[in-house]
Amino acid sequence: MADYDHLLDVRDLHVEFRMRTGIAKAINGVSFYLDEKETLAILGESGSGKSVTAQAIMGILDSPPGFVTGGEVLFQGVDMLKMSRKQRAAMRGPKISMIFQDALSALNPVFPVGWQIAEMFRIHHKTNSSDAMKAAISLMEQVRIPAARQRFKAYPHQFSGGMRQRIMIAMAIALDPWILIADEPTTALDVTVQAQIMALLKELQDEHDMGLILITHDLGVVANVADRIAVMYAGRLVETAPVVDVYGQPRHPYTIGLLESVPRLDTKLGGVLPAIGGLPPNLLAMPSGCPFNPRCRFAVDQCRQGTPPPLESLDAKGTRFAACWRVADTAVVDWRVDEPVPDERVDDMGVDDEIGGWL
Amino acid sequence: MGKYIVRRLLMMIPTFLGATFIIFTLAFTMPGDPLAGRCGQKPCPQNYVDWFRSFYGLDKPFIVQYLVYLGHLFTGNLGISNYTRNTVVHELAIRYPTTLKLALIAVLCEIIIGVTAGIVAGIRRGGFIDALVTVSTLVVIAIPVFVLGGLSQFAILKFNLNSIIPVTSNGSWRSLILPGVVLGSLYVAYVARLTRTNLVENLRADYVRTAYAKGMMPARAIGLHAMRNSLIPSITYVGASLGALMGGAIITERIFNINGVGSLIYRSINQRDGTTLVGAVLVIVVIYMVMTLVVDILYGYLDPRIGHE
Repeated sequence: MADYDHLLDVRDLHVEFRMRTGIAKAINGVSFYLDEKETLAILGESGSGKSVTAQAIMGILDSPPGFVTGGEVLFQGVDMLKMSRKQRAAMRGPKISMIFQDALSALNPVFPVGWQIAEMFRIHHKTNSSDAMKAAISLMEQVRIPAARQRFKAYPHQFSGGMRQRIMIAMAIALDPWILIADEPTTALDVTVQAQIMALLKELQDEHDMGLILITHDLGVVANVADRIAVMYAGRLVETAPVVDVYGQPRHPYTIGLLESVPRLDTKLGGVLPAIGGLPPNLLAMPSGCPFNPRCRFAVDQCRQGTPPPLESLDAKGTRFAACWRVADTAVVDWRVDEPVPDERVDDMGVDDEIGGWL
Repeated sequence: MGKYIVRRLLMMIPTFLGATFIIFTLAFTMPGDPLAGRCGQKPCPQNYVDWFRSFYGLDKPFIVQYLVYLGHLFTGNLGISNYTRNTVVHELAIRYPTTLKLALIAVLCEIIIGVTAGIVAGIRRGGFIDALVTVSTLVVIAIPVFVLGGLSQFAILKFNLNSIIPVTSNGSWRSLILPGVVLGSLYVAYVARLTRTNLVENLRADYVRTAYAKGMMPARAIGLHAMRNSLIPSITYVGASLGALMGGAIITERIFNINGVGSLIYRSINQRDGTTLVGAVLVIVVIYMVMTLVVDILYGYLDPRIGHE
């Protein structure tokens, strides 16, 4: 049946922002794919181009100033970038949909939430309003909003953060899409709610057989949920691999830095958490060579000159890729730099208790 | 909601009493004498002066005068003009239709020209229309109404359009077009700018991006989602301006020779007709308070985030 390799295939995507101060190349040749029912996590710090990539795939870039200047975004083998605006709009909802970080601002404040969910059916299927309402209520029940029928007419500001994100999710899965893009869906929520939302997403993914693109900077979330990881830096993909491989042995120095900076149970208390020194590069003034070289402890002369390293396969299976001239050296780095110190932890916990009592 | 309205109406009582006191005091302390020049070239005969003073209560102390006035006020009696000898209610009643017509024309200009210009400028931000709207509204805001009024009359006469759009008024709709447009021009400029600013802001809002992500075309994403939010401040501004316009326009009415409430106030100040002045201003105060309440209630309906509990 399928005459395509992947459900979603992004090939050599280029996006630039044309501003008065210059042209910012936000995405420089990003390629990745997503298979059916798969979860791909896109990682990276703010400004690395994660959200821009997602918006370019959806076709909802703010344009101007944002323009897709090259590449292909194949959905089931068809390049969405070549579609008309109308065809493209018809894809959003039934084929690909998206949820955003801040559900309070992403929902329209002046329309009831149920109406906003029902709108999906009304614009795509021209459903009459009472059928659309029934469908919306059943979706609200599906994302487990208590008393869905009564809350159909409530406004976004009358919900808690977690409930609002559930509304967003209900809206996104309304038309049973093939792909759901979640752009930092839990960043604005508190920790217990984060776990609930992630569990809900996972559950709905299984029920609806969706592919999930999870954009995040939370490595903890990724480890539990994702099948594969794609790490972005300064508008480039620097490493992509199955999640177990990345956590086992990250190969790009930036990924190593990210993993090192996550606090772990065995992180020595009172110690300094490692951080990646420096700042991400200014997109208007990119360093020559590898964009990560000014912050990279592995950088050699080759990294500082010429073109950035290409994304190259690291194994015979063709599942691991990294864009680094020094992958040979990163293969032997033990990123778990500090030793576990169980005895000290017990002592330190005692100190914490004392402080707690004193306070 | 009912509770909110009752509370707001109750709050109007002290506001109204405060306003009556201030206006009454101002009218009382106004320099000049209502009897000056009343009897032609000669001073008025003493028995007339005595009668006049006792008829209007001017021989009593200030505070007594005020309390007597308040007492009449609660029976709906605004007093008798000491200039025309008509009741103030009558003086207002014959002028209010004209002022209302004028206000309505100005408000229609606000809605039709102001909102449309703001929407077009906001959607085509940075384009020619946007620049045109920004510059022209700035010019209108910068020019005082008496200059604009005079210029418009000059232009009409210069091009012999007086028979179509008269430059002076007899109270008919047609004769109020030019003054209405001139009076509304300042509000038109503000509404256009307000609408444009809000629309530009809302077009960048996350929920508009969501609307696109839901598969909407711009017509619905902008025309429904962005517009529904952007027009809230414009609608409330138009409502508030209607309240202000219903108080009459002293300068505009003078320029175009309109016999409205503004002219009545101007005349009553000139003639030291305190009764008419205080009565007219109080009616304006009440209208303005009611319009403000209407706007606030409207806001609650337009923006569900504003609760009136």
